[in-house]
Amino acid sequence: MHSSLTIYKRELASYFSQPTAYAIIVIFLLFSLGLTFTFGEFMRVGDSSLEWTFLFWHPWVYMLLAPAVGMKLWADEQRTGTIELLGTFPVSTWSAIAGKFLAASTVWLIALLLTFPIVITVNYLGNPDNGAILSGYLGSFFVCCTFLAITMLVSACTRDQVVCLIVSVSICVLLLLSGYDPVTRELSKIVSPAVLDGIVAFGVWDHFSSPNSGLFRLKDFVWFGSIIFVCLLGTSAILSAKRA
Amino acid sequence: MIEVESLTKQFGSKLAVDNLSFTVKKGEVLGFLGPNGAGKSTTMRMITGFIPPSHGDAKVCGISITDNPRVAKTKIGYLPESAPLYNDMTVTGFLKFCASIRGLVGAERNDAVERAIETCFLGSVAKQSIDTLSKGYRHRTCLAQALLHDPEVLILDEPTDGLDPNQKYEVRQLIKRLGKTKAILFSTHILEEVEAACTRAVIVDRGRIVADGTPAELLEQSGTGSLTDLFREVTTRDTEAAA
Repeated sequence: MHSSLTIYKRELASYFSQPTAYAIIVIFLLFSLGLTFTFGEFMRVGDSSLEWTFLFWHPWVYMLLAPAVGMKLWADEQRTGTIELLGTFPVSTWSAIAGKFLAASTVWLIALLLTFPIVITVNYLGNPDNGAILSGYLGSFFVCCTFLAITMLVSACTRDQVVCLIVSVSICVLLLLSGYDPVTRELSKIVSPAVLDGIVAFGVWDHFSSPNSGLFRLKDFVWFGSIIFVCLLGTSAILSAKRA
Repeated sequence: MIEVESLTKQFGSKLAVDNLSFTVKKGEVLGFLGPNGAGKSTTMRMITGFIPPSHGDAKVCGISITDNPRVAKTKIGYLPESAPLYNDMTVTGFLKFCASIRGLVGAERNDAVERAIETCFLGSVAKQSIDTLSKGYRHRTCLAQALLHDPEVLILDEPTDGLDPNQKYEVRQLIKRLGKTKAILFSTHILEEVEAACTRAVIVDRGRIVADGTPAELLEQSGTGSLTDLFREVTTRDTEAAA
Protein backbone atom coordinates (compact mmCIF):
# COMPACT_ATOMS: atom_id res chain seq x y z
CA MET A 1 0.00 0.00 0.00
CA HIS A 2 2.75 2.40 1.03
CA SER A 3 4.84 1.51 -2.00
CA SER A 4 1.83 1.91 -4.32
CA LEU A 5 1.37 5.41 -2.96
CA THR A 6 5.06 6.22 -3.48
CA ILE A 7 4.93 5.00 -7.08
CA TYR A 8 1.62 6.82 -7.62
CA LYS A 9 3.15 10.10 -6.46
CA ARG A 10 6.22 9.66 -8.63
CA GLU A 11 4.20 8.88 -11.75
CA LEU A 12 1.80 11.75 -11.19
CA ALA A 13 4.67 14.17 -10.59
CA SER A 14 6.31 12.90 -13.77
CA TYR A 15 3.17 13.69 -15.81
CA PHE A 16 3.09 17.23 -14.49
CA SER A 17 6.84 17.92 -14.51
CA GLN A 18 6.76 17.38 -18.28
CA PRO A 19 4.39 18.87 -20.86
CA THR A 20 2.46 15.56 -21.24
CA ALA A 21 -0.35 16.15 -18.78
CA TYR A 22 -0.84 19.80 -19.75
CA ALA A 23 -0.95 19.00 -23.46
CA ILE A 24 -3.41 16.15 -22.94
CA ILE A 25 -5.70 18.17 -20.70
CA VAL A 26 -5.73 21.21 -22.98
CA ILE A 27 -6.36 19.12 -26.11
CA PHE A 28 -9.07 17.13 -24.35
CA LEU A 29 -10.86 20.31 -23.27
CA LEU A 30 -10.55 21.84 -26.75
CA PHE A 31 -11.88 18.75 -28.49
CA SER A 32 -14.65 17.78 -26.07
CA LEU A 33 -16.00 21.32 -25.83
CA GLY A 34 -15.29 22.10 -29.49
CA LEU A 35 -17.31 19.08 -30.59
CA THR A 36 -20.13 20.09 -28.23
CA PHE A 37 -20.54 23.46 -29.90
CA THR A 38 -20.04 22.22 -33.48
CA PHE A 39 -21.24 18.70 -34.26
CA GLY A 40 -23.02 18.43 -30.91
CA GLU A 41 -25.08 21.51 -31.87
CA PHE A 42 -25.33 22.50 -28.21
CA MET A 43 -26.85 25.93 -28.93
CA ARG A 44 -29.42 24.74 -31.47
CA VAL A 45 -30.67 21.60 -29.71
CA GLY A 46 -31.21 23.34 -26.39
CA ASP A 47 -30.84 20.07 -24.43
CA SER A 48 -29.54 20.58 -20.91
CA SER A 49 -28.84 16.90 -20.20
CA LEU A 50 -25.36 16.95 -21.87
CA GLU A 51 -25.93 13.32 -22.95
CA TRP A 52 -25.72 13.78 -26.72
CA THR A 53 -24.23 17.22 -26.96
CA PHE A 54 -21.20 16.73 -24.70
CA LEU A 55 -20.63 13.31 -23.09
CA PHE A 56 -21.34 11.43 -26.32
CA TRP A 57 -18.07 12.77 -27.76
CA HIS A 58 -15.85 11.67 -24.87
CA PRO A 59 -15.14 8.09 -25.99
CA TRP A 60 -14.06 9.42 -29.41
CA VAL A 61 -11.54 11.74 -27.84
CA TYR A 62 -10.34 9.09 -25.35
CA MET A 63 -9.79 6.69 -28.22
CA LEU A 64 -6.85 8.85 -29.33
CA LEU A 65 -5.74 10.55 -26.14
CA ALA A 66 -6.02 7.85 -23.44
CA PRO A 67 -3.28 5.73 -25.08
CA ALA A 68 -1.11 8.85 -25.26
CA VAL A 69 -1.27 9.10 -21.47
CA GLY A 70 -0.75 5.40 -20.83
CA MET A 71 1.85 4.52 -23.46
CA LYS A 72 4.88 5.42 -21.39
CA LEU A 73 3.83 3.54 -18.26
CA TRP A 74 5.83 0.36 -18.88
CA ALA A 75 7.35 0.98 -22.32
CA ASP A 76 9.56 3.75 -20.97
CA GLU A 77 10.46 1.74 -17.91
CA GLN A 78 11.69 -1.07 -20.18
CA ARG A 79 13.48 1.20 -22.62
CA THR A 80 15.49 3.04 -19.98
CA GLY A 81 16.07 -0.07 -17.86
CA THR A 82 14.53 1.45 -14.73
CA ILE A 83 12.37 -1.67 -14.60
CA GLU A 84 15.47 -3.35 -13.19
CA LEU A 85 15.46 -0.91 -10.28
CA LEU A 86 11.74 -1.38 -9.73
CA GLY A 87 12.17 -5.17 -9.92
CA THR A 88 14.85 -5.19 -7.23
CA PHE A 89 13.09 -2.84 -4.82
CA PRO A 90 11.12 -4.67 -2.12
CA VAL A 91 7.78 -3.99 -3.84
CA SER A 92 5.37 -6.33 -5.57
CA THR A 93 4.59 -5.98 -9.27
CA TRP A 94 0.97 -5.39 -8.28
CA SER A 95 1.70 -2.32 -6.21
CA ALA A 96 3.68 -0.85 -9.12
CA ILE A 97 0.83 -1.62 -11.54
CA ALA A 98 -1.75 -0.12 -9.18
CA GLY A 99 0.31 3.01 -8.56
CA LYS A 100 0.92 3.62 -12.24
CA PHE A 101 -2.66 2.94 -13.28
CA LEU A 102 -4.08 5.23 -10.62
CA ALA A 103 -1.66 8.02 -11.57
CA ALA A 104 -2.74 7.89 -15.22
CA SER A 105 -6.40 7.79 -14.16
CA THR A 106 -5.83 10.83 -11.97
CA VAL A 107 -4.59 12.85 -14.96
CA TRP A 108 -7.89 12.06 -16.66
CA LEU A 109 -9.93 12.75 -13.56
CA ILE A 110 -8.39 16.23 -13.48
CA ALA A 111 -9.13 16.71 -17.18
CA LEU A 112 -12.76 15.69 -16.64
CA LEU A 113 -13.17 17.91 -13.59
CA LEU A 114 -11.90 20.86 -15.60
CA THR A 115 -14.94 20.60 -17.88
CA PHE A 116 -17.02 21.96 -14.96
CA PRO A 117 -17.96 25.23 -16.75
CA ILE A 118 -20.26 23.30 -19.09
CA VAL A 119 -22.14 21.87 -16.10
CA ILE A 120 -22.50 25.34 -14.63
CA THR A 121 -23.67 26.60 -18.03
CA VAL A 122 -26.47 24.04 -18.41
CA ASN A 123 -27.58 24.64 -14.84
CA TYR A 124 -27.68 28.37 -15.54
CA LEU A 125 -29.49 28.04 -18.87
CA GLY A 126 -31.82 25.17 -18.06
CA ASN A 127 -32.94 22.75 -15.43
CA PRO A 128 -30.99 19.51 -15.96
CA ASP A 129 -31.06 16.32 -13.88
CA ASN A 130 -27.68 16.63 -12.19
CA GLY A 131 -27.81 13.03 -11.02
CA ALA A 132 -27.96 11.93 -14.65
CA ILE A 133 -25.06 14.23 -15.53
CA LEU A 134 -22.99 12.76 -12.70
CA SER A 135 -23.84 9.25 -13.90
CA GLY A 136 -22.75 10.26 -17.41
CA TYR A 137 -19.47 11.63 -16.11
CA LEU A 138 -18.88 8.41 -14.18
CA GLY A 139 -19.57 6.35 -17.29
CA SER A 140 -17.21 8.55 -19.27
CA PHE A 141 -14.47 8.15 -16.66
CA PHE A 142 -14.89 4.38 -16.72
CA VAL A 143 -14.57 4.29 -20.51
CA CYS A 144 -11.34 6.23 -20.14
CA CYS A 145 -10.00 3.90 -17.43
CA THR A 146 -10.82 0.92 -19.64
CA PHE A 147 -8.79 2.41 -22.48
CA LEU A 148 -5.95 3.19 -20.07
CA ALA A 149 -5.90 -0.39 -18.80
CA ILE A 150 -5.72 -1.68 -22.38
CA THR A 151 -2.86 0.73 -23.11
CA MET A 152 -1.05 -0.42 -19.99
CA LEU A 153 -1.29 -4.03 -21.11
CA VAL A 154 0.11 -3.14 -24.53
CA SER A 155 2.86 -1.02 -22.98
CA ALA A 156 4.02 -4.01 -20.93
CA CYS A 157 4.58 -5.89 -24.20
CA THR A 158 6.87 -3.36 -25.88
CA ARG A 159 9.64 -0.95 -25.10
CA ASP A 160 8.64 1.26 -28.02
CA GLN A 161 6.13 3.96 -27.14
CA VAL A 162 5.11 4.55 -30.77
CA VAL A 163 4.27 0.88 -31.28
CA CYS A 164 2.33 0.95 -28.02
CA LEU A 165 0.39 4.03 -29.13
CA ILE A 166 -0.54 2.59 -32.53
CA VAL A 167 -1.59 -0.80 -31.18
CA SER A 168 -3.57 0.63 -28.26
CA VAL A 169 -5.38 3.19 -30.42
CA SER A 170 -6.33 0.41 -32.85
CA ILE A 171 -7.79 -1.72 -30.06
CA CYS A 172 -9.70 1.27 -28.67
CA VAL A 173 -11.06 2.12 -32.15
CA LEU A 174 -12.24 -1.46 -32.50
CA LEU A 175 -13.97 -1.40 -29.12
CA LEU A 176 -15.62 1.87 -30.03
CA LEU A 177 -16.79 0.88 -33.49
CA SER A 178 -18.27 -2.45 -32.43
CA GLY A 179 -21.67 -1.46 -31.16
CA TYR A 180 -21.66 1.99 -32.75
CA ASP A 181 -25.05 2.24 -34.50
CA PRO A 182 -23.99 2.99 -38.10
CA VAL A 183 -21.47 0.13 -37.95
CA THR A 184 -24.04 -2.22 -36.38
CA ARG A 185 -26.48 -1.46 -39.20
CA GLU A 186 -23.90 -2.35 -41.83
CA LEU A 187 -22.81 -5.47 -39.96
CA SER A 188 -26.40 -6.72 -39.61
CA LYS A 189 -26.43 -7.22 -43.38
CA ILE A 190 -23.46 -9.63 -43.25
CA VAL A 191 -23.47 -11.52 -39.92
CA SER A 192 -26.11 -13.51 -38.06
CA PRO A 193 -28.06 -11.79 -35.24
CA ALA A 194 -26.38 -13.91 -32.55
CA VAL A 195 -22.90 -12.88 -33.71
CA LEU A 196 -24.04 -9.28 -33.98
CA ASP A 197 -25.31 -9.34 -30.39
CA GLY A 198 -21.94 -10.62 -29.28
CA ILE A 199 -20.13 -7.84 -31.15
CA VAL A 200 -22.44 -5.17 -29.72
CA ALA A 201 -22.05 -6.47 -26.16
CA PHE A 202 -18.27 -6.41 -26.64
CA GLY A 203 -18.27 -2.76 -27.67
CA VAL A 204 -18.12 0.34 -25.53
CA TRP A 205 -21.45 1.94 -26.52
CA ASP A 206 -23.62 -0.85 -25.15
CA HIS A 207 -22.15 -0.09 -21.72
CA PHE A 208 -21.62 3.64 -21.98
CA SER A 209 -25.08 4.65 -23.26
CA SER A 210 -26.97 3.63 -20.13
CA PRO A 211 -24.87 5.47 -17.51
CA ASN A 212 -24.74 8.34 -19.99
CA SER A 213 -28.53 8.52 -20.03
CA GLY A 214 -28.60 8.42 -16.25
CA LEU A 215 -29.37 4.71 -15.97
CA PHE A 216 -26.95 3.15 -13.53
CA ARG A 217 -26.78 -0.55 -14.46
CA LEU A 218 -24.59 -2.90 -12.45
CA LYS A 219 -23.75 -5.02 -15.51
CA ASP A 220 -22.11 -2.07 -17.24
CA PHE A 221 -19.77 -1.46 -14.36
CA VAL A 222 -19.05 -5.17 -14.16
CA TRP A 223 -18.08 -4.97 -17.84
CA PHE A 224 -15.74 -1.99 -17.30
CA GLY A 225 -14.40 -3.50 -14.09
CA SER A 226 -13.65 -6.89 -15.61
CA ILE A 227 -11.87 -5.46 -18.68
CA ILE A 228 -9.74 -3.28 -16.42
CA PHE A 229 -9.02 -6.17 -14.07
CA VAL A 230 -8.13 -8.58 -16.87
CA CYS A 231 -5.82 -6.01 -18.47
CA LEU A 232 -4.00 -5.32 -15.21
CA LEU A 233 -3.73 -9.05 -14.53
CA GLY A 234 -2.35 -9.51 -18.05
CA THR A 235 0.15 -6.71 -17.43
CA SER A 236 1.43 -8.48 -14.34
CA ALA A 237 1.65 -11.81 -16.19
CA ILE A 238 3.54 -10.29 -19.12
CA LEU A 239 5.99 -8.45 -16.88
CA SER A 240 6.75 -11.66 -14.96
CA ALA A 241 7.02 -13.71 -18.13
CA LYS A 242 9.45 -11.21 -19.65
CA ARG A 243 11.84 -11.60 -16.75
CA ALA A 244 11.84 -15.40 -16.73
CA MET B 1 26.02 -12.97 3.85
CA ILE B 2 25.63 -13.95 0.20
CA GLU B 3 25.34 -17.69 -0.35
CA VAL B 4 24.91 -18.78 -3.94
CA GLU B 5 23.94 -22.44 -4.24
CA SER B 6 24.13 -24.16 -7.63
CA LEU B 7 22.51 -21.22 -9.37
CA THR B 8 21.52 -22.04 -12.96
CA LYS B 9 19.86 -19.99 -15.66
CA GLN B 10 18.73 -21.29 -18.98
CA PHE B 11 17.49 -18.94 -21.72
CA GLY B 12 15.86 -21.22 -24.28
CA SER B 13 18.63 -23.56 -25.36
CA LYS B 14 21.39 -21.30 -24.09
CA LEU B 15 22.83 -22.04 -20.68
CA ALA B 16 23.77 -18.60 -19.34
CA VAL B 17 24.74 -19.61 -15.81
CA ASP B 18 25.74 -23.19 -15.13
CA ASN B 19 25.51 -24.52 -11.57
CA LEU B 20 27.34 -21.61 -9.97
CA SER B 21 28.13 -21.71 -6.23
CA PHE B 22 30.10 -19.29 -4.08
CA THR B 23 29.77 -17.31 -0.86
CA VAL B 24 30.66 -13.78 0.13
CA LYS B 25 31.13 -13.14 3.84
CA LYS B 26 30.80 -9.93 5.78
CA GLY B 27 33.91 -7.79 5.35
CA GLU B 28 34.69 -9.42 2.03
CA VAL B 29 34.81 -7.72 -1.37
CA LEU B 30 34.43 -10.30 -4.10
CA GLY B 31 35.49 -9.29 -7.60
CA PHE B 32 33.44 -11.01 -10.27
CA LEU B 33 35.48 -11.28 -13.46
CA GLY B 34 34.87 -12.79 -16.82
CA PRO B 35 34.55 -11.97 -20.51
CA ASN B 36 31.41 -10.36 -21.93
CA GLY B 37 28.53 -12.80 -21.97
CA ALA B 38 30.07 -15.03 -19.28
CA GLY B 39 26.91 -14.76 -17.18
CA LYS B 40 28.04 -12.14 -14.65
CA SER B 41 25.05 -9.82 -15.02
CA THR B 42 22.62 -12.73 -15.18
CA THR B 43 24.01 -14.09 -11.92
CA MET B 44 23.68 -10.69 -10.27
CA ARG B 45 20.14 -10.28 -11.54
CA MET B 46 19.23 -13.63 -10.01
CA ILE B 47 20.80 -12.80 -6.65
CA THR B 48 18.93 -9.48 -6.54
CA GLY B 49 15.65 -11.17 -7.40
CA PHE B 50 15.13 -9.43 -10.73
CA ILE B 51 14.99 -12.69 -12.67
CA PRO B 52 14.10 -16.09 -11.24
CA PRO B 53 16.77 -18.83 -11.46
CA SER B 54 16.03 -21.99 -13.47
CA HIS B 55 17.58 -24.05 -10.66
CA GLY B 56 19.33 -23.35 -7.40
CA ASP B 57 18.94 -20.54 -4.94
CA ALA B 58 20.71 -17.52 -3.52
CA LYS B 59 20.51 -16.60 0.15
CA VAL B 60 21.11 -13.07 1.35
CA CYS B 61 21.74 -12.81 5.10
CA GLY B 62 20.26 -16.31 5.31
CA ILE B 63 17.03 -15.31 3.52
CA SER B 64 16.22 -17.10 0.28
CA ILE B 65 15.58 -14.77 -2.66
CA THR B 66 13.26 -17.29 -4.29
CA ASP B 67 11.17 -18.14 -1.19
CA ASN B 68 11.07 -14.75 0.46
CA PRO B 69 12.01 -12.12 -2.14
CA ARG B 70 10.38 -9.13 -0.42
CA VAL B 71 12.44 -9.50 2.75
CA ALA B 72 15.64 -10.54 0.98
CA LYS B 73 15.45 -7.47 -1.28
CA THR B 74 15.45 -5.15 1.74
CA LYS B 75 18.96 -6.42 2.58
CA ILE B 76 20.43 -5.66 -0.84
CA GLY B 77 21.69 -2.52 -2.50
CA TYR B 78 22.00 -3.01 -6.25
CA LEU B 79 23.63 -0.99 -9.00
CA PRO B 80 22.48 -2.35 -12.38
CA GLU B 81 24.90 -2.39 -15.28
CA SER B 82 23.55 0.56 -17.25
CA ALA B 83 22.84 2.66 -14.13
CA PRO B 84 19.20 3.29 -15.07
CA LEU B 85 17.52 6.41 -13.68
CA TYR B 86 14.25 8.31 -14.03
CA ASN B 87 15.39 11.15 -16.26
CA ASP B 88 12.49 13.46 -15.46
CA MET B 89 13.45 13.72 -11.78
CA THR B 90 16.08 15.71 -9.93
CA VAL B 91 18.88 13.84 -8.14
CA THR B 92 17.39 14.60 -4.73
CA GLY B 93 13.87 13.78 -5.93
CA PHE B 94 15.01 10.45 -7.29
CA LEU B 95 16.86 9.51 -4.13
CA LYS B 96 13.88 10.53 -2.00
CA PHE B 97 11.65 8.33 -4.14
CA CYS B 98 14.02 5.36 -3.74
CA ALA B 99 14.24 5.95 0.02
CA SER B 100 10.44 6.09 0.35
CA ILE B 101 10.01 2.90 -1.59
CA ARG B 102 12.48 1.28 0.80
CA GLY B 103 10.18 2.28 3.64
CA LEU B 104 12.17 5.24 4.97
CA VAL B 105 10.01 8.21 6.03
CA GLY B 106 10.33 11.71 7.41
CA ALA B 107 13.63 12.78 8.97
CA GLU B 108 15.06 9.31 8.57
CA ARG B 109 14.49 9.54 4.82
CA ASN B 110 16.02 12.99 4.51
CA ASP B 111 19.07 11.93 6.53
CA ALA B 112 19.54 8.86 4.35
CA VAL B 113 19.35 10.96 1.17
CA GLU B 114 21.78 13.52 2.54
CA ARG B 115 24.22 10.82 3.60
CA ALA B 116 24.09 9.11 0.20
CA ILE B 117 24.62 12.43 -1.60
CA GLU B 118 27.65 13.09 0.55
CA THR B 119 29.10 9.60 0.18
CA CYS B 120 28.84 9.71 -3.61
CA PHE B 121 29.96 13.36 -3.99
CA LEU B 122 26.68 14.50 -5.54
CA GLY B 123 26.32 17.74 -3.58
CA SER B 124 26.96 19.99 -6.58
CA VAL B 125 24.24 18.37 -8.72
CA ALA B 126 21.68 17.52 -6.04
CA LYS B 127 19.07 19.96 -7.37
CA GLN B 128 19.83 19.23 -11.02
CA SER B 129 17.54 17.30 -13.34
CA ILE B 130 18.92 13.81 -14.04
CA ASP B 131 18.74 14.14 -17.84
CA THR B 132 21.30 16.96 -17.68
CA LEU B 133 23.90 14.87 -15.83
CA SER B 134 27.14 13.54 -17.29
CA LYS B 135 27.76 9.80 -17.30
CA GLY B 136 29.93 9.86 -14.20
CA TYR B 137 27.28 11.67 -12.19
CA ARG B 138 24.55 9.38 -13.49
CA HIS B 139 26.54 6.38 -12.37
CA ARG B 140 27.14 7.83 -8.95
CA THR B 141 23.47 8.79 -8.57
CA CYS B 142 22.53 5.18 -9.19
CA LEU B 143 25.22 4.07 -6.76
CA ALA B 144 23.81 6.47 -4.15
CA GLN B 145 20.42 4.82 -4.60
CA ALA B 146 22.00 1.47 -3.67
CA LEU B 147 23.43 2.87 -0.43
CA LEU B 148 20.35 4.69 0.88
CA HIS B 149 19.05 2.02 3.22
CA ASP B 150 22.54 1.10 4.45
CA PRO B 151 22.21 -2.48 3.15
CA GLU B 152 24.26 -5.37 4.50
CA VAL B 153 24.89 -6.63 0.99
CA LEU B 154 25.97 -4.59 -2.03
CA ILE B 155 25.79 -5.93 -5.55
CA LEU B 156 27.44 -3.66 -8.08
CA ASP B 157 27.43 -4.46 -11.77
CA GLU B 158 30.45 -2.74 -13.33
CA PRO B 159 30.46 0.20 -10.90
CA THR B 160 33.45 1.88 -12.55
CA ASP B 161 32.34 1.48 -16.16
CA GLY B 162 32.42 4.76 -18.07
CA LEU B 163 34.06 6.76 -15.29
CA ASP B 164 37.17 8.87 -15.71
CA PRO B 165 40.36 7.79 -13.85
CA ASN B 166 39.67 10.11 -10.92
CA GLN B 167 36.14 8.85 -10.51
CA LYS B 168 37.30 5.25 -10.85
CA TYR B 169 39.77 5.82 -8.05
CA GLU B 170 37.09 7.37 -5.83
CA VAL B 171 34.62 4.55 -6.43
CA ARG B 172 37.28 1.92 -5.71
CA GLN B 173 38.15 3.66 -2.46
CA LEU B 174 34.46 3.77 -1.63
CA ILE B 175 34.04 0.05 -2.31
CA LYS B 176 37.07 -0.71 -0.17
CA ARG B 177 35.74 1.43 2.67
CA LEU B 178 32.22 -0.01 2.54
CA GLY B 179 33.62 -3.53 2.22
CA LYS B 180 34.86 -3.45 5.79
CA THR B 181 31.33 -3.66 7.18
CA LYS B 182 29.36 -5.18 4.31
CA ALA B 183 29.49 -8.07 1.90
CA ILE B 184 30.17 -6.72 -1.59
CA LEU B 185 29.95 -8.49 -4.91
CA PHE B 186 31.07 -6.42 -7.86
CA SER B 187 31.76 -7.24 -11.46
CA THR B 188 34.43 -5.63 -13.58
CA HIS B 189 36.47 -5.98 -16.73
CA ILE B 190 39.39 -4.06 -15.31
CA LEU B 191 41.80 -6.52 -13.84
CA GLU B 192 43.83 -3.95 -11.92
CA GLU B 193 40.69 -3.28 -9.86
CA VAL B 194 40.97 -6.74 -8.40
CA GLU B 195 44.25 -5.86 -6.74
CA ALA B 196 43.05 -2.37 -5.85
CA ALA B 197 39.76 -3.21 -4.17
CA CYS B 198 39.04 -6.94 -3.80
CA THR B 199 39.76 -9.32 -0.98
CA ARG B 200 38.90 -12.23 -3.28
CA ALA B 201 38.08 -12.74 -6.92
CA VAL B 202 36.41 -15.37 -9.06
CA ILE B 203 36.70 -15.64 -12.81
CA VAL B 204 33.65 -17.01 -14.61
CA ASP B 205 33.55 -18.27 -18.16
CA ARG B 206 30.48 -19.50 -19.99
CA GLY B 207 28.50 -19.66 -16.75
CA ARG B 208 31.09 -21.60 -14.72
CA ILE B 209 33.74 -20.62 -12.20
CA VAL B 210 37.18 -21.22 -13.68
CA ALA B 211 39.35 -19.55 -11.04
CA ASP B 212 38.79 -18.55 -7.43
CA GLY B 213 41.15 -17.05 -4.85
CA THR B 214 42.65 -13.98 -3.23
CA PRO B 215 44.44 -11.62 -5.63
CA ALA B 216 47.79 -13.00 -4.39
CA GLU B 217 46.71 -16.59 -5.00
CA LEU B 218 45.49 -15.76 -8.48
CA LEU B 219 48.75 -14.03 -9.32
CA GLU B 220 50.62 -17.10 -8.17
CA GLN B 221 48.34 -19.35 -10.19
CA SER B 222 49.06 -17.33 -13.32
CA GLY B 223 52.71 -18.33 -13.18
CA THR B 224 53.74 -15.08 -14.83
CA GLY B 225 52.52 -12.75 -12.08
CA SER B 226 50.00 -11.15 -14.38
CA LEU B 227 46.26 -11.41 -13.94
CA THR B 228 45.78 -10.68 -17.62
CA ASP B 229 47.72 -13.82 -18.52
CA LEU B 230 45.61 -15.89 -16.15
CA PHE B 231 42.41 -14.34 -17.50
CA ARG B 232 43.41 -15.13 -21.09
CA GLU B 233 44.40 -18.65 -20.16
CA VAL B 234 41.25 -19.69 -18.30
CA THR B 235 38.56 -17.95 -20.33
CA THR B 236 37.30 -18.73 -23.80
CA ARG B 237 37.93 -16.15 -26.47
CA ASP B 238 35.13 -15.13 -28.81
CA THR B 239 37.07 -16.52 -31.73
CA GLU B 240 37.41 -19.94 -30.08
CA ALA B 241 33.77 -20.00 -29.02
CA ALA B 242 32.68 -19.36 -32.58
CA ALA B 243 34.92 -22.11 -33.93
